[in-house]
Amino acid sequence: MQLGRVARIVLATITVVVLALIYLPLGVVFLNSISTSESLSWPPPGFTLEWWGRALESTGALEALGTSVVVALIASTIALVLGTLAAMALSRYRFFGKETVNLLIVLPIALPGIVTGIALNNAFRTLMGVDLAMWTLVVAHATFCIVTVYNNAFARLNASGTRLEEASMDLGAGLFTTFRLVTFPYLKSSLMAGGLLAFALSFDEIIVTTFTAGSGVTTLPLWILQNMFRPSQAPVVAVIAVILAVLSVIPLAIAQRLTAKDAEAVAR
Amino acid sequence: MTTHRLSAYLAPRRRLRLASLLTAPVLWLGLVYVVALAALLVTAFWTVNELTGQVQIEWTTENVVEVLTEALYRTVTLRTLGIALLVTVVDIIVAVPVAFFMAKVASARLRHLLVIAVLAPLWASYLVKVYAWRALLSSDGLIEWAVSPFGGSTPGYGIVGIVLTLSYLWLPYVIMPIYAGFDRVPDRLLEASADLGAKGWRTLVSVVLPTIWPAIIAGSIFAFSLSLGDYITTRIVGGSTQMIGTLVYTNVGAANNLPLAAAISLIPIGIILVYLAAVRRTGALRSL
Repeated sequence: MQLGRVARIVLATITVVVLALIYLPLGVVFLNSISTSESLSWPPPGFTLEWWGRALESTGALEALGTSVVVALIASTIALVLGTLAAMALSRYRFFGKETVNLLIVLPIALPGIVTGIALNNAFRTLMGVDLAMWTLVVAHATFCIVTVYNNAFARLNASGTRLEEASMDLGAGLFTTFRLVTFPYLKSSLMAGGLLAFALSFDEIIVTTFTAGSGVTTLPLWILQNMFRPSQAPVVAVIAVILAVLSVIPLAIAQRLTAKDAEAVAR
Repeated sequence: MTTHRLSAYLAPRRRLRLASLLTAPVLWLGLVYVVALAALLVTAFWTVNELTGQVQIEWTTENVVEVLTEALYRTVTLRTLGIALLVTVVDIIVAVPVAFFMAKVASARLRHLLVIAVLAPLWASYLVKVYAWRALLSSDGLIEWAVSPFGGSTPGYGIVGIVLTLSYLWLPYVIMPIYAGFDRVPDRLLEASADLGAKGWRTLVSVVLPTIWPAIIAGSIFAFSLSLGDYITTRIVGGSTQMIGTLVYTNVGAANNLPLAAAISLIPIGIILVYLAAVRRTGALRSL
């Protein structure tokens, strides 16, 4: 776009400042994780690696990490299946009630988390009369994860149009062969991106989680919430956060690379 | 081959194909979510046994009347609405120039780096980010340290702290849809506008903004809705500030009054439904 030099510089400056502000609190968490101050006071009076040693020995944190991974994996797998089915239906067919189905998919994320949380808490406890457990948490997470997969798949299906699929069918391929050889390869990277987003959404969720997790089920956010007000644990919590932040860049970079390669292939 | 036969059977039957795609997701969302929401509405009209603390099916409008008439709920609703709107506006003002730079000014290589840079913090735990702000806002935190030489002081824990923290938390959610919106604006359109004599500013207002309006609305849904239901941020950086979320949580947890909590939660449901109905026409729901 035709933009003046000044406009470009102003925009670049704003972007740099905003990114710096996005990372500042995370940087503070990192410094707190190696600060000798247990109350996270600024500037740090000195530095120590004591908290890192303690964090890697914390069985509670490691168990919570395992629980979070399991819950997020199952929830995002369910969301992948349901979100893809819904995206194929809504992108390829016109039918009565389409807007309603669209609203239904968006609703769990559009409504405030506390509403989803209390609604599911009430449904499990009062309506079904079951005790909260790990599966109630998985069901809750899968429900609000569907929309992220759906959005990615729907956008890709809409952009691709139906011509390739029609050509495949005209050449004699059946529905499943067409899906396997034409639609799925085209969808793959957007499903990957949607799945990663769903995983992240579940992994980080705390509000619905506090309402739907059984008493023995501790996800990493729940562990952090339980531990962050204990003065001696605060720096350990910071260590766990730093590890998570660093590890998370890897899958995102993979997803990003996949999407970029895919876009190149489409352009060709 | 059974899949072969199934495929041949389904191919001419459009409705059956549609049904086989839609059944599972609609059943899941219907059974898990719509039923739960409906049950929540019903529970708001039940009571709690004062002796056992159990929910009992005894119909009453007491909870809903209490929520609608008591001044406490009106005050808290207005405060929560104000905070959510302020957070939404702050996020959009910050997100638009950043998203525009990412989509239309940065090179392809830089764009990928920026997308990663914006998305990466989403993975850092929500709670630790809030806790980081608790540390930043505290009386011996970084903000106090940075502004006290100029005679300022930290806003501390309260409404300002909540607005700052919530704006920070939801910013990536607002940047990404607006970035996607800018990305969808074809460069040809901008060139055409320039060829027809429009300066940069004019192109922005007359061509770009109308095109990405749905994307901005989509971003605003995240910031608005997520702020409306938040109670953890309020507890950590809000001092004694009450929001709708904290009232609901207190009644589910400590007070163990699910019917009253259900009645209170009708407030954000109502607000969001009105909001969604208002933005539905812009097509924003499809660009979420």
